[in-house]
Amino acid sequence: MAVVFDRPKALCDVPLHYCPGCTHGIIHRLVAEAIDELGVQDKTIGVAPVGCAVFAYNYFNCDMYEAAHGRAPAVATGCKRTQKDKVVFTYQGDGDLASIGAAEIVHAATRGELITTIFVNNAIYGMTGGQMAPTTLIGQKSTTSPLGRDVERNGNPIRVSEMLATLDGPALIQRVSVHDVKHIMEAKKAIKKAFEYQIAGKGFTLIEVLSTCPTNWGLSAVESLKWLEENMIPKYPLGVMKEVQ
Amino acid sequence: MQRQMMKGNEAIAEAAVQAGCRYFFGYPITPQNEIPEYMSLRLPQVDGAFLQAESEVSAINMVYGAAGAGARVMTSSSSPGISLKQEGISYIVGAELPCVIVNIVRGGPGLGSIQPSQSDYYQATRGGGHGDYRMCVYAPATVQEAVELTQKAFDVADKYRNPVMLLGDGVIGQMMEPVSMPEYKMPVLPQKDWAATGWNPNSGRARAVINSLYIDSAELEQHNIKLQKKYDAIAENELLYKTEQLDDADIVIVAYGTTARIALTALRRAREQGVKVGLIRPITLWPFPSEVIAKASSSAKQMLVVEMSMGQMVDDVKLAVQGNCPVQFYGRTGGMIPGVNEIYEQIMHLKEGL
Repeated sequence: MAVVFDRPKALCDVPLHYCPGCTHGIIHRLVAEAIDELGVQDKTIGVAPVGCAVFAYNYFNCDMYEAAHGRAPAVATGCKRTQKDKVVFTYQGDGDLASIGAAEIVHAATRGELITTIFVNNAIYGMTGGQMAPTTLIGQKSTTSPLGRDVERNGNPIRVSEMLATLDGPALIQRVSVHDVKHIMEAKKAIKKAFEYQIAGKGFTLIEVLSTCPTNWGLSAVESLKWLEENMIPKYPLGVMKEVQ
Repeated sequence: MQRQMMKGNEAIAEAAVQAGCRYFFGYPITPQNEIPEYMSLRLPQVDGAFLQAESEVSAINMVYGAAGAGARVMTSSSSPGISLKQEGISYIVGAELPCVIVNIVRGGPGLGSIQPSQSDYYQATRGGGHGDYRMCVYAPATVQEAVELTQKAFDVADKYRNPVMLLGDGVIGQMMEPVSMPEYKMPVLPQKDWAATGWNPNSGRARAVINSLYIDSAELEQHNIKLQKKYDAIAENELLYKTEQLDDADIVIVAYGTTARIALTALRRAREQGVKVGLIRPITLWPFPSEVIAKASSSAKQMLVVEMSMGQMVDDVKLAVQGNCPVQFYGRTGGMIPGVNEIYEQIMHLKEGL
């Protein structure tokens, strides 16, 4: 019988630790499929963040780093500057990238560092147990905004892709979602394009992927997908924020 | 190579290039700016790369990235900037990556001053970042020695897969002295088969994972035990110090770096007056020359520790002396440098009490 669905070569054959219903697994698969389709597994080097994806080095079947919290773009820069022929990516969550690592991502982007960042935005700190993230929505409850995020008390959330799109260094900045099949397919195309642009030397590339956290949102897996669509997309609109042809 | 006048910072940078350092990530801070400035022009000439990072924090993490790829890489900073790098240094130790970190020390605490100091001794020798760790710390007393120790630092880093720190005070960084750049010969060192350079599943090597996370406590304990064996080997093999006129010394000075040079002049003046003074100059601050200090203290009547700090290395001297004889301390700090006269007076004062 013909095999119609299999594990990508760029994913290790190990169980993922992610919570049931979490969309990290889908995003991992999309990254791995892109690596496979471009035939670059043997020259791809990934950098895992601190946060839910901290163990990504156990999942991506290529050489990997685990970086300090927020520092993945700096680590990737050091790696890429010493080996320009390699394909280097970071995989970071919203706390890692948009809060503690805000300086690193902004400067990697504006330098036009030839790396690809997969930015997984689920509007909460998952690994540490559901604290407020820089991307937590106004009114959204978290363990450190128990009454809901309030502008006066907590300040405003940040739109990373729009901000980075103002810089000269990026070649591709796009926000995608994985809440249904149509959007998963779009996300796949965007991730693959980002890697292609890196390989072509066009500049820094970042794909922001809206993602779910059923555990810390206090919703079922299905409810989470709906919540993402109804609440996150209006605040974080999908689309290409910047693209250099 | 012929002798030439070189500023300490530039000499350190050129020595690193000669030793095969091809990557430098740094951030401006006085009094070490000549190192990144020199590297920004020099490294592209040898197919390397210089990058001015957005912060010291980023710079040390770029070092982590380059070292993890197997490159010879260096960063430099001065005290407040080194504080910012401590998190990254801890990760570099945990992930067992070789690199060289230069600290051209200035006065603290806080923003302190931009003048020379030795007040980062604790931070350098105790592991300024979190977790159990050690690293070899070199304290040059001349620009020539700074050059030689910089080159040695790369070899020792590679040998043990551990960062090495060159701890020079602001005088060493800013002073011009005659230097002979040694012809660098790389010793036989372990292959960097652990580096993240792209992995082919058919290559036969394991997938590289540059990492300091061991979520299982038993595994982390084993990792720490393994690291400790490495530190034990460094302590066994890499100790460096110099002594002056110890044999008959009633008063033994312990001082390092610039302070040791000033103390040596005071020692010679006191010797002219018939005072039996000796000197122990640690060149590695870690590992520390405890045995030679202990031995000297069994025959000396007084030990005198001189530092450009409020007294940090003096703790290690007291631990080595174990009460064999009194240990006195004389320090200037905040960027103030002790003069020859001051140290001479300390010696003569101790002489009166003998």
